[in-house]
Amino acid sequence: MTTQKNSLSVALFSVLFGLIIGAIIMLVFGYNPIAGYMALLGSAFGSMQDIGGVLTQMTPLILTALGFTVAQTAGFFNIGLSGQALAGWVGAVWYSLSFPDMPVYLMIPSALIIGAGLGALAGAIPGWLRAQFGASEVIVTIMMNYILLFLGNNILQNTMSKGIKESAETTKQVGANASLQMKWLTDLTQGSSISAGIFISLIMIVVVWFIMTKTTLGFEIRAVGLNPDAAKYAGMSAKRNAVVAMAISGGLAGLAGTIEGLGNYLNFFTQNGSPAIGFDGMAVALLGGGSYLGILGAAAILSILKIGGLGMPMSSGVPFELVDIVTASIIFFVGASYLIKLMQARIKAMDEKAAQTTKAKKLATVGSTNDSNQKDGE
Amino acid sequence: MTLMAMLALIISSTLVYSAPLIFTSIGGTFSERAGVVNVGLEGIMGMGAFAAVVFNLTFAGTLGAATPWLGLLAGAVVGLLFSLLHAVATVTLRADHVISGTVINLMAPALGVFLIKVLYGKGQTAPIAQDFGYASVPGLSKIPFLGQLFFEKTSGPAWLAILVAVISWYIIFKTKFGLRLRSVGENPQAADTLGLSVARLRYSGVMISGLLGGVGGAVVAQSISLNYSASTIVGQGFMAMAAMIFGRWNPIGALFASLFFGLSQSLAVVGAQLPGLNTIPSIWLQIAPYILTIIVLVFFFGKTRAPKADGVNYIKAA
Repeated sequence: MTTQKNSLSVALFSVLFGLIIGAIIMLVFGYNPIAGYMALLGSAFGSMQDIGGVLTQMTPLILTALGFTVAQTAGFFNIGLSGQALAGWVGAVWYSLSFPDMPVYLMIPSALIIGAGLGALAGAIPGWLRAQFGASEVIVTIMMNYILLFLGNNILQNTMSKGIKESAETTKQVGANASLQMKWLTDLTQGSSISAGIFISLIMIVVVWFIMTKTTLGFEIRAVGLNPDAAKYAGMSAKRNAVVAMAISGGLAGLAGTIEGLGNYLNFFTQNGSPAIGFDGMAVALLGGGSYLGILGAAAILSILKIGGLGMPMSSGVPFELVDIVTASIIFFVGASYLIKLMQARIKAMDEKAAQTTKAKKLATVGSTNDSNQKDGE
Repeated sequence: MTLMAMLALIISSTLVYSAPLIFTSIGGTFSERAGVVNVGLEGIMGMGAFAAVVFNLTFAGTLGAATPWLGLLAGAVVGLLFSLLHAVATVTLRADHVISGTVINLMAPALGVFLIKVLYGKGQTAPIAQDFGYASVPGLSKIPFLGQLFFEKTSGPAWLAILVAVISWYIIFKTKFGLRLRSVGENPQAADTLGLSVARLRYSGVMISGLLGGVGGAVVAQSISLNYSASTIVGQGFMAMAAMIFGRWNPIGALFASLFFGLSQSLAVVGAQLPGLNTIPSIWLQIAPYILTIIVLVFFFGKTRAPKADGVNYIKAA
């Protein structure tokens, strides 16, 4: 699969069309779409706490989206971000609870490394299986999501010692030595669960951008993704780069999970399904269209939808799931960007035809037909 | 527990868990034979399960014991309609097949739970009144020994699925439609040159996968989960995809691969009742089907060959 670069207009049209689909669904089922979307905006921006909530939501999505993009650049479709994030989350919480007396300057870096490392391992396995045996990473990563989900819950329920658990289904809160929350941020956002994680995410955007565009490693990953045969001919190892790219991808997802554990929830609890941050991060990456700034914008848009959606049932009666339908619709239009490009080409063609007719009338000669417009759709 | 009772338990539960995988993996075979990768089988199954449960809850009072069978039809229709989204995206709008399939998977649970909340005011439905349960195949169950193992207290949908597998094999490999379907999956340019409509054939492949995937979901809902919630379909669609690959894009192969996955799934459920298996911690039986899927992919993927134009959009020269 090649990296899909979208223009900004495709992304904006997709968001618009997705919101229109959401409005139509609300109308069909007897809800007032204006009230619904007002409720959404109200609960996303109503108070500093809501804004803190949006930033908290953005934090892991930026990281999982970066992870998806790195894998996609190397030609991998990493649907396993959820499981990789879960691995980091369980591991980091377990580790930090096991060493409650470790000083903060040792604990936080080591916990972040352990969480990211577990995610990287969970990502490297499907990468290696595809590079070595040709096993589809799409199916392997999905299967690993389930394996990691069941293992994570099992570790919590049966392996962790009683001393670090609140109940059979929840761990104790991590200590002050491992918490990523910062007092001034918490106070500023009226007690939201925002943490230093948001700064880590923003820094990682720059770091990943630098690695992927300015280093030999990034160049090799891109080359392998674009044309494995040519890359091999140029002396690059397609296998090694595949594993490295998937490890970076999984590592970023693991970091996202770690921040969920040490910044957002401060514990780990029994999960009913794979964490949503994996799939939502994929949506962010697809909407961001392979651009690093695009990821930031897309994470903001989808986080506003997510946090805003939480307030919709209360004030407008619309079920929360509507925002997931809107998100899926947005990605549908991103995927089917041919539709939007075709529309743009048609409009352009009509404009040019109109211009030509005027010109033709002026010159009283027959203008040549414009073939190039039809190829614009590509 | 006697050996006979153990065998009967394993066989009947294997058939129950295999049935949805058989339907869905054959659906996937049709789609991929036509050249459209369908990662969205999971979502299609979800919509099939949703439709079957709503149908079952609504009509169980009037239709009685026939309800689950008609529920399969409801699942089939809704699955087919839902798969049109994938067909439009991939065939007409040239979307990447994996992205479109992922959209289907993101959309299905959201839409299903949204509609359940609109209809019933809560996030999951009540248990259905009429389910498939266990039935005996008349006549065949009288065969000594084998009849008792395979046809007594067995899963009706599983035998229907086996029948569908045989019919599908015939359609794909012995009919004109099947030949044409395979040709657009292997070499759409050549098929187009010979006057076949690539788009129409690919639409039919995806729609058959929607129909069978919907049936698969309806079977899960009416013989295993017995209600609908966001967690009714948890990976069966992906497992069906793996069964399709393991079965080498052949309905009979998909049938046997599905039976294999059904066995491993059922052991996670009935393992606790079996001597020997009940000493293994349940977590290992729980993750075994997923690990087996990976192992199967690793050892068999290299030896199989997908249809040549699988996942490749065909863009007709203007």
